[in-house]
Amino acid sequence: MLRAYIPIFLFILVGIAFAIVTLIVSRLVHAEKANEVKLEPYECGIEPQTDARDRYSVRYYLVAMLFVIFDVETVFMFPWAVVLDRLALFGLIEMFLFVLILVVGYAYAWKKGALEWA
Amino acid sequence: MTSMGWLLPLVQILIVLNAVLIAVTYMVLLERKVIAWAQSRLGPMRVGPHGVLQPIADAIKLLLKEDITPARADKWLFTIAPIMSLVPALIAFAVIPFGGHARIFGRDVPLFIADVNVGLLYIVSITSIGVYGIILAGYASNSKYPLLASLRASAQLISYEVAITMMLVSVIVTAGTLSMVAIVEAQLHNHVWFVFVQPVALVVLFIGGLAETNRTPFDLAEAEQELTGGFHTEYSGMRFAMFFLAEYANMIVVSAVVTTLFFGGWLPPFPNVGWLAFLGWIPGWMWFLVKCFVFLYVFVWIRATLPRYRYDQLMRVGWKVLIPVALANLFVTAILKVWL
Repeated sequence: MLRAYIPIFLFILVGIAFAIVTLIVSRLVHAEKANEVKLEPYECGIEPQTDARDRYSVRYYLVAMLFVIFDVETVFMFPWAVVLDRLALFGLIEMFLFVLILVVGYAYAWKKGALEWA
Repeated sequence: MTSMGWLLPLVQILIVLNAVLIAVTYMVLLERKVIAWAQSRLGPMRVGPHGVLQPIADAIKLLLKEDITPARADKWLFTIAPIMSLVPALIAFAVIPFGGHARIFGRDVPLFIADVNVGLLYIVSITSIGVYGIILAGYASNSKYPLLASLRASAQLISYEVAITMMLVSVIVTAGTLSMVAIVEAQLHNHVWFVFVQPVALVVLFIGGLAETNRTPFDLAEAEQELTGGFHTEYSGMRFAMFFLAEYANMIVVSAVVTTLFFGGWLPPFPNVGWLAFLGWIPGWMWFLVKCFVFLYVFVWIRATLPRYRYDQLMRVGWKVLIPVALANLFVTAILKVWL
């Protein structure tokens, strides 16, 4: 069973090795003429005044939280979808109830304007 | 494992990796050429006849360019971010079936690297790691535009991922398996490509694919007019090139997944119709590549045609249109599956 994963692990190693070797090769051959001004953050020619890592809109957090809920939900659906043949009507009703509970939350978020972006 | 047991996957991996990298560089040329033709221009013409050597020139140029780490940036994260975006895009190919089995030198060789029974789940999980690369790039740059762009991009990616994953569940219900090879075989046994069974899923998946790869009309993370460049504004040289490679490799992943799930992967069109059997003489991997190419062309075609969405429209489509459609499609599919 686990044997089927060996090529995947091998690919992951080769992929990481490729990325690192490319960076090393580039480091060896690329030009280097950096100066102080060049190393400043790019702000269309204006000198940066403050640190970039400032507070940002709370909507991004909201989206992230909704994503976590819905993505966990879909992860539950994957095994269910594979064995739906055998679960038949029982599985269908079970999943329907599960999603119904989430849809209530989804409708609430919609109503409260969590999905609006303005 | 025997030494041969290691060798075969390693050779396959190197072939796939090289093929993907070459495909990516030529994808850039294809895009420049097609968009140029769409706008009555010639596109790259200087390097080689009709610019066919342009990708090689680009690669050498990017390798030799100065690679700056801005003074305020987080040095380590700034280097890790492009690796984290490129590696997932490459290793997603581990479970893509390019063909069935072929006889090479008298040995039965599978034309896929691994056939695991969680194939589709593997692709979903691996490709979603890519978003970390984008967030880290924005954070590590410590510059305003990249940070804004990376926030936009990550919110966009996770919004569309929900709809995409739900649509994939519909396809899994239809096929009854997660293995990519078995999904193609299911299309052979059911005598139909799944595009005719799940047309809504295809549309949503492709829209989601455009959003996941930051392509027009969803390229808000790279809106030059507002953000000067996107999350990779501060990047240059090879590390910039790696973000580029990742984006185009992701496009190829999306095309390959769509081909496998909906257009019968390596199967010729209508494999069960008697008088079309001559199409089976063309090897399966060629069919696979042709189908992939069609979708890559559609990616470019869409970019040449459509303007960019506004951000609130983008989020509205993702959360208020695609998710309800995906849920409805899933339940119709499941009910039909249990009923029939």
